[in-house]
Amino acid sequence: MKAGQILRGGMVLLLVALVLRPEWFYAVLAPFAPTGGPVIYERASLLSLSLSHLGLVAGASGLATVVAVTLAILVTRPLGAPFRPLSRTITNMGQTFPPVAVLALAVPILGFGAGPTLVALFLYGLLPIFENAMTGLSTLPPATMDAARGIGLNRWQLLLRVELPLALPVILTGIRLSIVIALGTATIGSTVAARTLGEVIIAGLLTNNTAFVIQGGLIVGLFAVIIYDALVRLEAYCARRTGQ
Amino acid sequence: MPGVLFAILGLAALTTPFMTLAANRIVAGDGVAAWRLASPGATVPGLLCIVTGLLLGLWGARPRLRLAGAATGLAGLVWLLMAGAEALLTDAGTYARVSPDVGFWCLLTILALLMADAISALSPGPLARAALLVVVLATLALVFWSGVLSDLSVMKEFAVRQQAFVRATLQHLGLAFGSLAAAAVIGFPVGILCHRNGRLRDGVLPVLSFLQTIPSLAMFGLMIPILGWVGHTVPGAQAIGIAGIGFAPAFIALVLYALLPVVANTVAGLGAAPPAALEAARGMGMTPVQRLRRVELPLGLPVILTGLRIVLVQNIGLAVIAGLIGGGGYGTFVFQGLNQTATDLILLGALPTVLLALVAAIVMDILVDLTRKTPEPAP
Amino acid sequence: MIEIDGITKLYDGLPAVDDVTMTVDTGTITVIVGTSGSGKTTLLRMINRLEEPTSGSVRINGESTQAVSPHILRRRIGYAIQGHGLFPHYTVARNIGAVPALLKWPAQQIAERVDQLLTLFSMDPAQFRDRYPAELSGGQQQRVGVARALASRPDLLLMDEPFGALDPVIRARAQDDLRRIQRRLGSTIMLVTHDMEEAIRLGDRVAVMDAGRLVQYGAPAEIIARPVTDFVADMVGRVERPLRLLSLATLSELVEDGAAEGEALPVDASLRDALSACLWTGRDAVPVEQDGAVIGRVTFDAIRARARVHP
Ligand SMILES: Nc1ncnc2c1ncn2[C@@H]1O[C@H](COP(=O)(O)OP(=O)(O)OP(=O)(O)O)[C@@H](O)[C@H]1O
Ligand SMILES: [Mg+2]
Repeated sequence: MKAGQILRGGMVLLLVALVLRPEWFYAVLAPFAPTGGPVIYERASLLSLSLSHLGLVAGASGLATVVAVTLAILVTRPLGAPFRPLSRTITNMGQTFPPVAVLALAVPILGFGAGPTLVALFLYGLLPIFENAMTGLSTLPPATMDAARGIGLNRWQLLLRVELPLALPVILTGIRLSIVIALGTATIGSTVAARTLGEVIIAGLLTNNTAFVIQGGLIVGLFAVIIYDALVRLEAYCARRTGQ
Repeated sequence: MPGVLFAILGLAALTTPFMTLAANRIVAGDGVAAWRLASPGATVPGLLCIVTGLLLGLWGARPRLRLAGAATGLAGLVWLLMAGAEALLTDAGTYARVSPDVGFWCLLTILALLMADAISALSPGPLARAALLVVVLATLALVFWSGVLSDLSVMKEFAVRQQAFVRATLQHLGLAFGSLAAAAVIGFPVGILCHRNGRLRDGVLPVLSFLQTIPSLAMFGLMIPILGWVGHTVPGAQAIGIAGIGFAPAFIALVLYALLPVVANTVAGLGAAPPAALEAARGMGMTPVQRLRRVELPLGLPVILTGLRIVLVQNIGLAVIAGLIGGGGYGTFVFQGLNQTATDLILLGALPTVLLALVAAIVMDILVDLTRKTPEPAP
Repeated sequence: MIEIDGITKLYDGLPAVDDVTMTVDTGTITVIVGTSGSGKTTLLRMINRLEEPTSGSVRINGESTQAVSPHILRRRIGYAIQGHGLFPHYTVARNIGAVPALLKWPAQQIAERVDQLLTLFSMDPAQFRDRYPAELSGGQQQRVGVARALASRPDLLLMDEPFGALDPVIRARAQDDLRRIQRRLGSTIMLVTHDMEEAIRLGDRVAVMDAGRLVQYGAPAEIIARPVTDFVADMVGRVERPLRLLSLATLSELVEDGAAEGEALPVDASLRDALSACLWTGRDAVPVEQDGAVIGRVTFDAIRARARVHP
């Protein structure tokens, strides 16, 4: 546990330094840059790229969460029952679509820029959240549900006070899966001219500048690992609170 | 109920542009609605098929009828593409390109979902599903080889790149299946060790899930300096193709991504045997190897295969990224297409990837079902 | 003959089995009874070395169980696990044939053995052979588990609460089956139960365990008549002791010349049945028959005298 804390702290510090003070790493990265070429990425501020990257992910995932959870709630009500098998088919088939392909296919329809990335992230992000929310909402302990109905909760109260809180850990897992995928897909988004950290890596690949590749790769990788870790801990916390 | 939704959405999609006509492969084209594609004599059969298909989808209680409807509708789509391409290209100039537009893609999605929904309502067994898959793939192959779609823009891109396409296909398959095999060779023993040793498991699984989190582009990128270094320092490494860019870094990145599902599902699968059955196996004098081979592996096989399914589908998609670091595969077309803003080139890379991933998923699902020896416990 | 010599098993320093010494004769059924957690399962599992004893030793027919490697030892010993432990992915036939298959019997011989055992346990082979465990009732699963332990005709059979999940009727029948099969094959059985009724019904000898210790070991009649501690007396059930004693003896012991009214009982019925008949119909004696012919009677007074604890 102790070692884990130190590792976590170290990763956060490294990430902050990489984003805010990239010049500190000049000596380390210099051997990887082509002779005479730039060592530190300076075409755009890494901070603004990070913010734009995270903003894209946050926007798409936030929207996906709202829509997916709403859909899952609708489908798990008696009225939505006829759509249940269909929604299962859609999630199963949809998740076999590679995220990159979704991104690439969005371009012909939406053109270049942040738009297709946002749409691809949103569409792809829906699936894991919807799937987990469905599972969470349809596998609640029947005894608890009966008890909740027994004390006279109406349908709204049942949903807000019992079903959603109990399903929360599972829904959070879905959100985590979705965010991890979104972080990765957003990186590729720079190939369709979205402003994300992938830009640094792509620039490195195009100019044979491994220093850029390392710089971008480390920042993106650290962001992903730190966010993933934070979400896992959030889930564990919520699960403890609902006693699961 | 879903049938009504499909019908409404489908009819709405029919009013949007079905195909585009562009002056050449780069510029944006003009959309043409389905009924304007050609003379009424040529479009009406296709339109009729689509509308009939959507209407047949309304019979919620008759999945066979819905399946037939979906097939009819899809046939209508192909008919319209064929008739439309021919009519639009006459007197449009030599560089003119026709390609499917929003209306087509929406209808394709809707009809494919209608079909999938009908099939899942029929809940066919694994062998019936395999037969269905063969029929669908054979029909697709027939449509392509017959040349009825060769007027379409994507097919023209294909025609000038046939050799490159075959090479990309082989590279893509090599990346996806090769990394799957490598991950299986490494992951099974690790999974078995992790199953036997809880401490090892608690150390290995978190590391693998962190690896899995690293965005693919970063992972592929970070492989470049590492493998470049290996290529320079280890004697003979370059001779077997280990270098900073190309196939090797892509391959290794894919293997790293594949390890988590393989190891985690091996552990879960082996852990699925009921403790009492394992006790009995020990009690009757099975050696640890016999227990593994006769009890744990057969009972865990469906779960282990599910892990391989996840890996295969995931790696078919991720292999596209290899196109960015010179690793080949369909990604080459996708990223070339994005660079040149040539939509059809993007499609030439993206469509086979999607098809490959779907087929892999269906085939693996069938295998998983076939290995499920024990009858499903009654719900 | 199985000789258990000062065997002890400690878990985290606490004894689960505490210095148990006992000898089991070949061709008998020995029943180990005790409350839950008294160490019955642990004792049984040390015999086929599923648990290694902390100290002490076990010898089977003079040979130490440490002399061969555990899996070879276990193939010679049948083991019916607490809860059936059937392989869910094997059919009934493959489950029963598992040990013979390990011993590399020819397929034909295994198939014959499977059918024979199924018949023995009143399960139609044609109907049950190809089913999976999930397609059997709890009682059928348990019978298949016992059949599997018997399959390779082991000389020694260890059974851990083999009839736990059976209803009283089926349970009594399974016990009779086991008794009959054991008599015919002459195998040695050590059986664990927490049901004293079952112990008395099945055991040639009964071992009573309490908190890891063997508190009494003897013939059922002795255990009932002279429990050495309050714990054993409680296990036997103070009120039921006379009835238990009577259930051990048959009418042949007390049959005397003379006539009696009413329906006759067979000579191998228990004295408990006779007592029950006397009380139910208000008679002072019941006629006894053998092969359809009345050979005498048993009187209420004689039964009463027999039920009194001998000093
Ligand atoms: N692997 C183990 N680790 C620690 N303690 C154990 C272990 N196995 C058994 N014990 C303890 O040893 C004691 C005897 O257990 P055992 O299983 O032999 O009881 P039992 O008489 O068979 O009970 P039951 O009738 O409930 O099956 C119990 O207190 C149990 O908690
Ligand atoms: Mg026990």
